Amino acid sequence: MSAFVPLVALVLTVLVLAFKAWPAIRVNGAHFLVGSSWKPGNVYGAVSTTGGVAHPLGSSYGAWPAIAGTLESSALAIIIAVPISIGAAFALTERLPRWLAEILRSAIEVLAGVPSVLLGLWGALTLGPLLANDVYPIVANHMPNVPFFSFFRGPTGHGEGLLTSGIVLALMIIPIVASTTRNLFAQVPALPKEGGEALGMTDWEVGRKITIPWVRAGIIGATVLGLGRAFGETIAVAMISGSLLNTITPNIYGTMGTVAATLVTQLDSAFADGTGFEVRTLAELAVVLVVVVLIVNTVARIIVRRTGHLAAPVGGVI
Amino acid sequence: MVARGARVASDGYPSTRRRRIAEQAFRALTLLALLAVVAPVIWVITGIVARAVPHWRWSVLTTNTVGASGGLENAILGSLAIMLGVLIIAGTLGVLGGVYLSELAGFNRKGKQRGAVLRSATEVLAGVPSIALGLVGYLALVVQFHWGFSVLAAVIVLSVIVIPYITRGTEVALRQVPTNYREGAEALGMSTGYSLRKVVVRSAIPGIATSVLIALAISVGETAPMLYTAGWFTGIPKASLFHQPIGYLTYPVWTFWDYPSNQAHYLAFDAALILLVLVLVLLVIARLVVARSQRFAENRRN
Repeated sequence: MSAFVPLVALVLTVLVLAFKAWPAIRVNGAHFLVGSSWKPGNVYGAVSTTGGVAHPLGSSYGAWPAIAGTLESSALAIIIAVPISIGAAFALTERLPRWLAEILRSAIEVLAGVPSVLLGLWGALTLGPLLANDVYPIVANHMPNVPFFSFFRGPTGHGEGLLTSGIVLALMIIPIVASTTRNLFAQVPALPKEGGEALGMTDWEVGRKITIPWVRAGIIGATVLGLGRAFGETIAVAMISGSLLNTITPNIYGTMGTVAATLVTQLDSAFADGTGFEVRTLAELAVVLVVVVLIVNTVARIIVRRTGHLAAPVGGVI
Repeated sequence: MVARGARVASDGYPSTRRRRIAEQAFRALTLLALLAVVAPVIWVITGIVARAVPHWRWSVLTTNTVGASGGLENAILGSLAIMLGVLIIAGTLGVLGGVYLSELAGFNRKGKQRGAVLRSATEVLAGVPSIALGLVGYLALVVQFHWGFSVLAAVIVLSVIVIPYITRGTEVALRQVPTNYREGAEALGMSTGYSLRKVVVRSAIPGIATSVLIALAISVGETAPMLYTAGWFTGIPKASLFHQPIGYLTYPVWTFWDYPSNQAHYLAFDAALILLVLVLVLLVIARLVVARSQRFAENRRN
């Protein structure tokens, strides 16, 4: 019977969220996905009713900035994490000295195990200010003012924002992508690789022409899985992003918010809403998050299943 | 054939010089990737230790939180109590689920192992963001069931979060038990249940223990779902499952780190240090269990 617990929990999760969010979905309408204002309304004042659903007067919810922030920060995380993960996976499987590979393995394990609130603390108080003082201004001042690169120009802020969030998110998904990729590399049979070496190929050529093509789909799957994790990451982003609700950042350094971070930063505000409408709206936001993450994960698992098995985020058991 | 091969080698292939540079660059980038993983880990750990240790007071362990200052005894005991709850609920359900999927699900007519749907559900659940599960815990348990912020709500939500890891870990560990063991047990006339208990599960215990330890490390480090289910309590945890909020270690870090007082910052970093030590100890024990079991294993992996 215990094997049914995850299935039951999954069904209940979807049902509870959908049931609780339904009034909010009706009231907020399509504006919820495209609108840019997040206003709880007058929580202590008059209650208005739309279509039989009570909500504070003047409340209006649009989650587009949070959705955009989620997409931007997760994309950054993937761009940073994937090359590092593949490099680390090569380091782990190829010809590194054993002790060095062992250190790397432990580091990945610890990185996976460090609570996200600690990475958030580090990102907000150590990494963010350091980058904002010493790195971002240099980059911002040297970027040409042309499309795309102009995204890297402008005020660099105090370290809370999109780029810092992306870097910390990257650290959080490296363990997943790196350990999955490592396991995939380990599955590549020795014969083709030895054959390549016998033909005089260098390690790089063996890696690029034999190892990576052999497990390409698996690496893509691991990347998509990391994307799902980045979408859902909450606490660290809530600490580092600046947790803005109503604006989309004009450049890569600006403060922003994500869907998951909004779910936790608006907690107190939601508890204060006597009509319970903001809690329902947060449930709607959670529905959006869960649906997107489930789609992403399903795609990832279909891709990975074709080539091999997933590595665990922690400890190498899954 | 030979001529064609030779032409490709001389014309279509990059020069030796370029290949050598590419190889060197590959080596350098691999090492850089290694550095990019190892350095932040060391940086995070030393950063937290360096900020926490100068202001460390041992009284933190023996006094309760008062406002945003004082100690963390309530949070430490609360986290331990919650871990115990997760160990009992998620440990039992997760391990039993893994045993079912690996040993008891049986095979269908096509000879494929059953339980594919359950296994997929486990994997999918592992991917659901913990904040969403926390919100569901809040909506269903805290509000709908009128439990209020409570120990049981927190333990149930955390259990749902970590059960997939334990189930999967147990299943993998059981699969690595050699078939010989099962056949040997059967040849000796053992019943399935007896052979499971005395032979199969017993030899998978290191793997199962590792997954449970990692699940505990995950559960003690969770923040977002706890905010929605456990609330916060500045007293020693009470022996009450309902209507009684409980303290936990991630709360002071998340709440006090940007308070405008030094006392609050010290408390946040003290909590961060205790949390870090707790998680690292759990990971190290998990690692030792694995190392020990591999040393005695009949057929080593890799």
